[in-house]
Amino acid sequence: MQKEKYSIIVFSGEFDKAIAAFTIATGAAATNREVTMFFTFWGLNILKKKTGRSAVGRGFLARFFNLLMGGRKNLPLSRFNFGGISPKLMTGMMKKHNVATLEELIESAHALGIKIIACEMAMNILEIERKDLVEQVEEVIGVSTFLDYSKDAKILFI
Amino acid sequence: MRHVLDITKEHCPMTFVKTKLKLEQLAKGDILEIMLCEGEPLNNVPKTVEEQGYQVLEVTQHNSFYKVVVKK
Repeated sequence: MQKEKYSIIVFSGEFDKAIAAFTIATGAAATNREVTMFFTFWGLNILKKKTGRSAVGRGFLARFFNLLMGGRKNLPLSRFNFGGISPKLMTGMMKKHNVATLEELIESAHALGIKIIACEMAMNILEIERKDLVEQVEEVIGVSTFLDYSKDAKILFI
Repeated sequence: MRHVLDITKEHCPMTFVKTKLKLEQLAKGDILEIMLCEGEPLNNVPKTVEEQGYQVLEVTQHNSFYKVVVKK
């Protein structure tokens, strides 16, 4: 039987939206669906190898932007961020209730064989190179390749 | 071989994730006993296990959990 396919575009770089994207992705992959996650724009911050703040890029503006945005450990909460303390409190609450944290969800996504791809165009703008992203990124592609991969798939935009 | 997986303390989506990853590790013919809670896990774990081509042998109710026996 042909597997149901899901493509998730991860555009946002907020902590809660990243949790939502990875929860849907891992849930779908664990229940016999084929999943692709396409990271673009703010979503690229989730995949940066350096999880803290780091001036990635060549030009001044790109380095400044990347320093401000930071990596996975700096993702803000989309509401009530309180200068970045809320995501840490939220992770504590998730652990207390034994709900998977973002790190666990990302590890699970990899273990389940979810295809993780990054947007070439957004990487060019932000001057993020392949070497700046985690090893789990299978490919760096453009929108037309993404649409080819997503033929017959349901597409979610987060 | 017989294996045991306790997902009574897990929540969505890790209930499904841990079940799938555990089943992938087993050899063909192995048996897996999954301990899970009622509600979403009980309604959907056996169903998705069957969709992945494994065989659900039995589902039994115990005091505070359910036991699902699966054959790979």
